[in-house]
Amino acid sequence: MLSYKLLFFLPLISSIFTYPFGILLGEKTAQYFSSTLISLAAILSWFLFIGFSVSSSSEIIIPVLEWLFISGQFFNWGISVNSLTLLMLTLVLTVSALVHIYSIEYMAHDKSKVRFMTYLSLFTFCMVALVVSDNLIQLFFGWEGVGLASYLLIGFWHHKKSANLAAMKAFLVNRVADFGFLIGIATLYIFLDTLSINEIIAGKEKLLSYQINFLGFDINALIFSCFFLFIGAMGKSAQFGFHTWLPDAMEGPTPVSALIHAATMVTAGVFLTVRFSELMVMSDFIMTFVLIIGLLTAFFAASVGFFQKDIKKVIAYSTCSQLGFMFVACGLGAFNIAIFHLITHGYFKALLFLSSGSVIHGVHDEQDMDKMGNLFSKMKITAVMMWIGTLAIIGFPYSSGYFSKDLILSSSFNLSNLGPLVYVILAIVSAMTAFYSFRLIFKVFHGNYNGSYDYEKIHESGPFMLAPLLLLSVGAILAGYFLNDLLAGYNSKNFWNGIIFLNQDKHYYSSFYPILSKSLVAVGVGLAVYYYGYNFNKLAVLKKRFHSIYNFILNKWYFDELYNKIFVLPLYNLGKFLWTKIDQGIIDKYLPNGSASIVSTISKAFKRIQTGYIFDYTFIIISGFTLFITIIFYISIT
Amino acid sequence: MINLSYNHFFTLSIVIFIIGCFGLFLNRRNMILILMCIEIILLAANINFVSASVFLNDINGQVFSIFILTIAAAEAAIGLAILVIYFRNKGEIDITQINQLKD
Repeated sequence: MLSYKLLFFLPLISSIFTYPFGILLGEKTAQYFSSTLISLAAILSWFLFIGFSVSSSSEIIIPVLEWLFISGQFFNWGISVNSLTLLMLTLVLTVSALVHIYSIEYMAHDKSKVRFMTYLSLFTFCMVALVVSDNLIQLFFGWEGVGLASYLLIGFWHHKKSANLAAMKAFLVNRVADFGFLIGIATLYIFLDTLSINEIIAGKEKLLSYQINFLGFDINALIFSCFFLFIGAMGKSAQFGFHTWLPDAMEGPTPVSALIHAATMVTAGVFLTVRFSELMVMSDFIMTFVLIIGLLTAFFAASVGFFQKDIKKVIAYSTCSQLGFMFVACGLGAFNIAIFHLITHGYFKALLFLSSGSVIHGVHDEQDMDKMGNLFSKMKITAVMMWIGTLAIIGFPYSSGYFSKDLILSSSFNLSNLGPLVYVILAIVSAMTAFYSFRLIFKVFHGNYNGSYDYEKIHESGPFMLAPLLLLSVGAILAGYFLNDLLAGYNSKNFWNGIIFLNQDKHYYSSFYPILSKSLVAVGVGLAVYYYGYNFNKLAVLKKRFHSIYNFILNKWYFDELYNKIFVLPLYNLGKFLWTKIDQGIIDKYLPNGSASIVSTISKAFKRIQTGYIFDYTFIIISGFTLFITIIFYISIT
Repeated sequence: MINLSYNHFFTLSIVIFIIGCFGLFLNRRNMILILMCIEIILLAANINFVSASVFLNDINGQVFSIFILTIAAAEAAIGLAILVIYFRNKGEIDITQINQLKD
């Protein structure tokens, strides 16, 4: 029990004490301190996970602290130990520990590295609180906590205007989605009178029997609450419609992108959906909705990833696309496979991000891929790591992505009639993924160097940055192979043990489809090699010919412009109207300024009395005194 | 022969008092006149005290008038000293120029 609590408290201790230690004992000490604590937690989480997965217990709930007592309900800090949360914890803590270590070197030239470590640890704590939560209130705390940490870390370089704006955008977009999440929580509380996750899942039949009247429509309470829970998940996981914040979040330091905006926080939405899988599968509408959103996101983000210039944005869109894949798996009812892909994706995406961070570090904070090229000879280890990550993401046989992605594709046959269509769409998106991933590789590591920074000065990163890369590459290669059986294979029923919904359907598909998907991926790779490895001119011709499509994709389907038109500008104009016309024009003019001007007019009139001549004052004193005496006499006589 | 009652003395003191008061603010030339007006006002008070003490047969009033004289002398001395210093600084004692209270 203590060891589980340690998992909870080690990140908290780190986030509280890193800053004071940084002031008292120096920056280096603080960095090592927080890295050590998080690494300890990570190692511990692996031991606990392995221990738990061999034992056959289904769930342990460990109370930590009493928190709130509202209207007969206790809301406590608790740790819910089950296979899902422990699996998530290993991912979160491992990536977090590696990112902590990586940051020691990556942020070495930064002025406020201690603040950075504090934020990272704070994020880790909130994420752990989210994952292990046994009730929705604590989950919501963690949910908002990671949002806060994300805001702080995106805007970490607060002297950059773009970073501030991106941080604000991420925060605001997430608030919109979180409002949906809150509605979902409130609905569950109203109907089931509890927020404990287990009790909610146990009360699913009861929930299904209620109707809600919402804006004149009668909606089933289960569909209603699941829909809004999923809206929250969409915001956190940057799904279609709410995705706009994720690419902009790349303004933050690269370790942050790796930890928060690729491996852990953005997967919280998937985690939430899987945690409530038993509820979600009750409604076909919700499952279809999840599936469609996932497909849209996967396709959309992959297409936008094609022509992005910023190395981090390419990976960001690929994250978005992969999250779409996970939701597709959820929508298909293959929740265990969604989690499987979440885990493998966490490792290879963190690897990709940290490698790109190493590249950015090496070429002196240059992120434009057009200004890179031929870096292979300068940073061989990073290049190899990037290759491994890319092979994993495109699903190269026996890399981790191979297992999880293939399972997502094949689970599309859970759908009876539309299965082949979903399969083909997913296969095309996989091919697109392969294309832009290899485009990145070829633009950055091969070809000719086009940058302005001195080529001779480009250097490989140091051991603190390379060690996490090596460890993550192990995860990116082996995670699929080792977890396949446990999560999705023969042992999966034992492992999940009723925590999530497991699809019992035996899906059948002919060998035609795997060959199709794999050859499509191969075509994607081939096209990338063809256009970006050898024939740059042909690409320019193509871009000219299809320049409208090219511009459409380059401008991210004009989503930002659309949102600006629909939401931002009207609100901005309304705010400006209220500010200049109502506030300044009416309220300020008549109330504070009006009363002030009355006072000043009166006092201007009275000012004339003050001549400054002594004889005038004397006259007033004496006549006033006389008047006073007279009045007193008059009163006393009468 | 006029029979002097205390009304006469009080009227005298009031007249002198009023002359002093008016002198304070009607005078627009120099500060010495102000000092003199204050002396006149104190004098009026003295007349009042002395006459009242005679008519009421109480010596206290006359004792008081001695005190007032002392104070008047001291006050005149201090006032004149201030005036001298003021004259040294400003080179004049015209009261119309003393309107710095305004600023």
